[in-house]
This record gives sequence, C-alpha cells and structure tokens, in this order.
Amino acid sequence: MIEIIIGKYNYWIYITLMMIGFYAMIAKGNLIKKIIGMNIFQTAVILFYISTGKVWGGTAPILWDKAVIYDNPIPHVLMLTAIVVSVGTTAVAIAIVIRIYKEYGTMEEDAILEIERKQAEELRKGNTGQREI
Amino acid sequence: MKDDIIIRVISNLLIPFIQLYALYVLAHGDLGPGGGFQGGVIFASSIILYVLVYGIDEGRKRAHQKITDVLNSVGVMIYGGIGVVCLFFGGYYLQYGKLPLGDLKHASHLGIYGIEIGVEVTVAAVMITIFFEMAGRKSD
Amino acid sequence: MNIAEHFPALVIVIPLLFALITWLAGLINRAFCWVIALTITFLCFLMSFSILNTVMHTGRISYHMGAWEPPWGIEYAIDYLNGFVLVVVSFIAFIVTLYSRKSVGLEIDEEKSPAFYSLYMLLFTGLMGMTITGDIFNLYVFIEITSLSGYALIAIGRRRNSLMASFNYLILGTIAATFILIGIGYLYMVTGSLNMADLREKLPPLYHSRVVLTAFGFFTVGLSLKLALFPLHIWLPNAYTYAPSVVSAIMAATSTKVGAYAMLRILFTVFKVEFDLNVVPVTKILLVLSCIAIIAGSILAISQTNIKRMLAYSSVGQIGYIVLGTTMANQTAMTGSIIHILNHALMKGTLFLVAGCVVYKTGIEDISGLKGMGQKMPFSMAAFTVGALSMVGVPLTVGFISKWYLATGALKAGMWFILPIILISSLLSAIYFWRIIEGIYFAPAVSSQHSEVSTYRSLDHHNPHPVSRSRDDAPPGMLIPTLILAGLCIFFGIAAYIPVSVAEKAANMLLGGT
Repeated sequence: MIEIIIGKYNYWIYITLMMIGFYAMIAKGNLIKKIIGMNIFQTAVILFYISTGKVWGGTAPILWDKAVIYDNPIPHVLMLTAIVVSVGTTAVAIAIVIRIYKEYGTMEEDAILEIERKQAEELRKGNTGQREI
Repeated sequence: MKDDIIIRVISNLLIPFIQLYALYVLAHGDLGPGGGFQGGVIFASSIILYVLVYGIDEGRKRAHQKITDVLNSVGVMIYGGIGVVCLFFGGYYLQYGKLPLGDLKHASHLGIYGIEIGVEVTVAAVMITIFFEMAGRKSD
Repeated sequence: MNIAEHFPALVIVIPLLFALITWLAGLINRAFCWVIALTITFLCFLMSFSILNTVMHTGRISYHMGAWEPPWGIEYAIDYLNGFVLVVVSFIAFIVTLYSRKSVGLEIDEEKSPAFYSLYMLLFTGLMGMTITGDIFNLYVFIEITSLSGYALIAIGRRRNSLMASFNYLILGTIAATFILIGIGYLYMVTGSLNMADLREKLPPLYHSRVVLTAFGFFTVGLSLKLALFPLHIWLPNAYTYAPSVVSAIMAATSTKVGAYAMLRILFTVFKVEFDLNVVPVTKILLVLSCIAIIAGSILAISQTNIKRMLAYSSVGQIGYIVLGTTMANQTAMTGSIIHILNHALMKGTLFLVAGCVVYKTGIEDISGLKGMGQKMPFSMAAFTVGALSMVGVPLTVGFISKWYLATGALKAGMWFILPIILISSLLSAIYFWRIIEGIYFAPAVSSQHSEVSTYRSLDHHNPHPVSRSRDDAPPGMLIPTLILAGLCIFFGIAAYIPVSVAEKAANMLLGGT
C-alpha cells in the first residue's frame, strides 16, 4: 500500500493536477477560468509524459563519451508538439472570448446564456402567427 | 513606462542580448534544451518587452504589420519547401540526406537547421501578431 | 523521380503550403483565394483517386517519411479503408469549394475571406492527414489541426450565437483530444512504439494489463466525442446551426466521418478484433449507444423548426448507423458501415448545400420559409427531395444500400432486434422530411415580409421582392455542385457495386482477413 503511494508519486501528482484542471473547465462559470483550467489540464498530461521518460541513472540524451545510460528523448520531442498545440488552442480560445466580450458585454457563461435565451424568446414571440406545422 | 529611467535603460541594454540568446537557443537545439519553437518565443518576447516599455505605436514602427503578415507564412514555406526540395533530389519527403550539401551527416545536419530556422521565423512572427492583435484593441 | 510514388506525402504538403500562399495572395487581391482553393482541392482529389487506384492494383502502400524505417520513423500506410475515405473527403471538399464563392460573400465579412479560405485549406489538410497517417501521435497532431481550424471556422461568421457554440465545442473538443493524448501516452509507455502496425504486433500479450485497458477507455471516449456518438454529441447541434452554411456543409459531411474512420482504425487495426469481442465488451456498449443514438437523433429532429438544427440532429442519428455496423463484427455489417461513410457524406452534403442555397436566396433558415419554394426554386428543391428520400432509405437511392447491408449484417449476427430499430428510425425520418416536402410542393408561397425575421439580408439584387411566383433559383455556381451531389445520391444507389467492392475489401481487411 505504501509502495503504491510513495513509489508512484509522479502519477498521483499528474492525476491531481489533471482533476483540478478538469474541474475548473467544467464547473467554473467565467470563460477565462475555463481557459485556465484547460491549460492546467494539458500541462498535467505534459508532466505525465516527461515523467515516464526518466530512466534510473540516466543522463541527458546528448552523446557524451562518459555516459552509458541516457534518458528517453522521445517523450520530450512529443511534448514539444503538445506544448505548441496547447499554445495554439489557448490563442484561439482567447480570441473567441475577446469577440464574445465585445458582442455580449460579459464573460460569465450564465449571463450569456440568459441573453441568448431572451433573444430566442423574442424571436419566437414575434412569429406566433406564422407557425403552422 | 518610458518615463521610468531604470526600466528604459535596462531594457535598452537587454533587448539585443535577448535576441542574440534566441538565436543561440535555436543553434544549440541539438546540444541542449532548445530548438525552433523556443527560440521563436524568446525572440518575440524581446519585441513584447519593447512594446511594454515604449507603447504600441512605437512598437509597431519596429515590427511593421506587413512584415509580420508575410513572415507568418514564410517560415512554414521554408519548412515545407526544404521537404519538397528533398523530393527533387530523389529522396523521400524530408529525407535531408539527399541534399547536395556535403556528405550524408552534414546534409542531414544542415537540413535540420534549415527547418528549425523556418520554425523560428514563423513562431516569432505569430507570437508578435497575436500580441499586437490582443493588445491593440480599444475598449468600446 | 517518379512523382506518383510521392503522392501520399504531396497530398498533405500541397494543401498545407497553399493554405499559406492563399493568405499571402489574399493580401494582394482577394479574388485569388477562391481560385487557389478550388485548384488545390481538385488536384488533391485527383491525387487521392490515383492513390486508391494504386492500392486496388498492388495492395497496401507504405510511405516512409524522411526515409526512416518504421517503427522509428513516421509511416503513411494506405490500404482500402484509407484510400476510400481519402477519395470521399477530397471529393466533398472540392464540391463544397466550388459552391462556396457566393455563399461566403453573403455570410462572412469581405475582409475576412482570405482568412476563411486559408482556414478551409488547413481543415482540409488536417482531414486528409488524419486519414492517411499510420502513426498514432501523428494522428493526434492532425486531429488538433482539424479541430482548431474547425473552431475558428465556426466562429468566423457574423452571427453572435456562433461564438458561444464555438467556445463550447472548443472546451469539449480539447478534453477529447487530451484524452486521446493520454491514451497514446499509456500505449507508448507500455510498448515503446507509436506505429499502428507495430502496436498491433506488440499489444496482444498485454491485453489484460490495466494500462492497456485504461488506454483503450481513453481512446474510446475521446474519439466518441470527436465523432459525436450519442451522449457526447452535445456540441454538434449548436455548432452546425450557427456556423456559416459552407462550414456546416463541409464539417457535417467530412469531419465526423473522419472521426469514425479514426475509431475504426483504433478499434480494429491497433487492437485486434478479439480484444473488442472477448477482453472488453466494447462492441456491446457501442451497440446500445448507437441504437439509442439512432432513435434519439430522429426523435429530437422532429420537434425542430430550424432547418440546419434539424439536419444536425439527423446527423447524430446517422452516425449511430455507422457505429452500429462496426459493432456486429461480421463482414456484411462492416461493409454497410463503411459504405455509409460515403453515403452519408453525399446525403448530408446535398441537404446542407440546399439549406445554404435557401439562406442565400431568402435569408430564412426556418422550415416555414420553405413553404411554396417548389415553384420558385425547382432545382434546389428537387435536390432536397432526392436527399430526403435518400435519408429515409427509399430503394434506388444511396441510403437504401447502407440500410440493406446493415440489416442483412444484423440478421447474420443473429441480432434481429436491430431491424425494428432501423425501420422505426426510417419511419421517423420520413415524418420530419415529409412535413417539409409537403410544405415545399403543396403549400402556397409565404411572402418574405411577413415570415420569420431574416437572419441575413438577402444579397440577391436581381429580385428585390421575392414574392412573385416566377422561377428564381440559386445562382449556377451554387446550384451545380448541389445537383452533382444529388445526382451521385441516385447514381451510387443504382450502380452500388462500384463503392461496395472497395468497402467489402476494406471490411475484410479490418476484420482480420488478408
């Protein structure tokens, strides 16, 4: 039991971070907080990959005469790509939120849904004579 | 912030070194942490520091919109272009060994450098574009 | 240098480079963008057709990127399933690009049109890349390229509802893609390889280990969200309703199908069929979910009043058909599933393009706005009728072929309860489509001053008072692609042996044959 907690501490850290990010993405109402949660979520996965690449007694994966064991460089390379993807997604998300703020004047999801609901109500009220399905 | 003498003097001193460091990170990507993406971000951060100290209009004069618009695409085209050039010399796509730049090891090395330069140009231009788009908005 | 052997790489590189050249050309003159997009999609369609032809003659193609051998390098592996989906995706992209010029002029600001075409080509690159790659991390990269272009394309229009729809899709889509990344990490951790064919060899001794089961769970949930299988379809109705018409058409016709292809790859090529049947009863779970999707999609579509929202819910049902075929694990059902990838792309493409034509002419997206259009827009409404009959599954149309294969496959697997479900959903589709067709042909025209508030000011300056009953159809640039797709709905319903022969070989290969 103690071996599961102490021996695999990297997985516990990654799972805790991932759940914090996931909770923020789902439960928070402010759009910027959702984006921050998304960043935490993706960072947790990046940490997970890097932690699996470490080899006991290994040194940095650069050719050196005195080294025998190297770390695994592939997770690092994969995670460079994942970091770029994360940056791109955050940029697109923030651009959408800036436009949402200009159109609706607020960044809280509840207020935005309320405005949209009122708009749909007015659209429906203006057409009660034409509905014949 | 340009009235504050300490910030102005220090950033004037540091910005060229930050840009040089960006090129260093790009060139030593295979010997230490680094590479194209990281170098590009550091280069963009030097321009962002300039804008933070001197204001957006001054910063726009240093990084013209037309130049960043074109450089956005040029870097990716360098990357793709090197791959297509490898096709012309008889190899598979992105097989740098077939480039006529010396023996196999040197050609591979230089091919990877070319690609990383392309990546750095695009990443720096894109980061500067994103910053200017988001910072330049006047609140209505 | 034999260029034909480099087509697998060129079919990705050319749209990617020209996406950026489109942006640069747009800085000079905006009219170039459409021409470049059209030429490049046509070129890619020809290249993918040639690739499929080579595969049919010589078997599986394997292209090593950078001449690194797999499993150390990235490999592009094309077999029957791949080649089939490539041809479908590039053909639909070409047809929608042909259609897009006038529609984009109406629904998107003029100064954003270079950006639109650039994003469109990036979406196209991502879709082709997802289809052609043989390396699972490369699959993740292309999934993200597709998704990011999709989020930006949905938000690029003028409607402000599309922003919240795009943001919701972004949050959910990022969760799904990150789940796929976690699954890839677990598989890499345990086998050390990222190549699909190599994983197929290395995984069987590890089938009962917890890591592999968790990885499979993450893959299934992530891919189900991308392909909008029943409980995870929440993002789809809003995203397809409020996006510009061209974007709805291309995304409905291709991006969910490519997601279904990715799920087929993971379920049947990376993990063998024995895993799906014996170790984890995923086929039973997907069977239940797809049956619920088929019925729920049709029921939810009945109560909608907006055309595009109705078509979006109907898409949710049709995706249930595709997944249903994969769960029965016999060749006939799998053939039906693969052939439905082509058929649904044709049917939904037609229907969404007709909806775009109606929006272009009258600015109305509501079903009541279609009343009496049978006389005003005869060709578009004919295409709509063909698409609708095809969705219901009338013989001689393309929808009948896939339902036939699914039903025979279900009978062969001994699951007779699937037949009532297929029949009931066809009946429900008939209900909501017949309501519209009756309105089109048998009701008097409604003048546009009294009907639904127009979502878009109609750009049609030739006929400013469209109350007259004279013929006034969509411009030929928009009408001809619609009629081409509608014609193919009937053509492949009659000459079905052409795609079915490819689909049968693909199904055989997926289920473990040679």
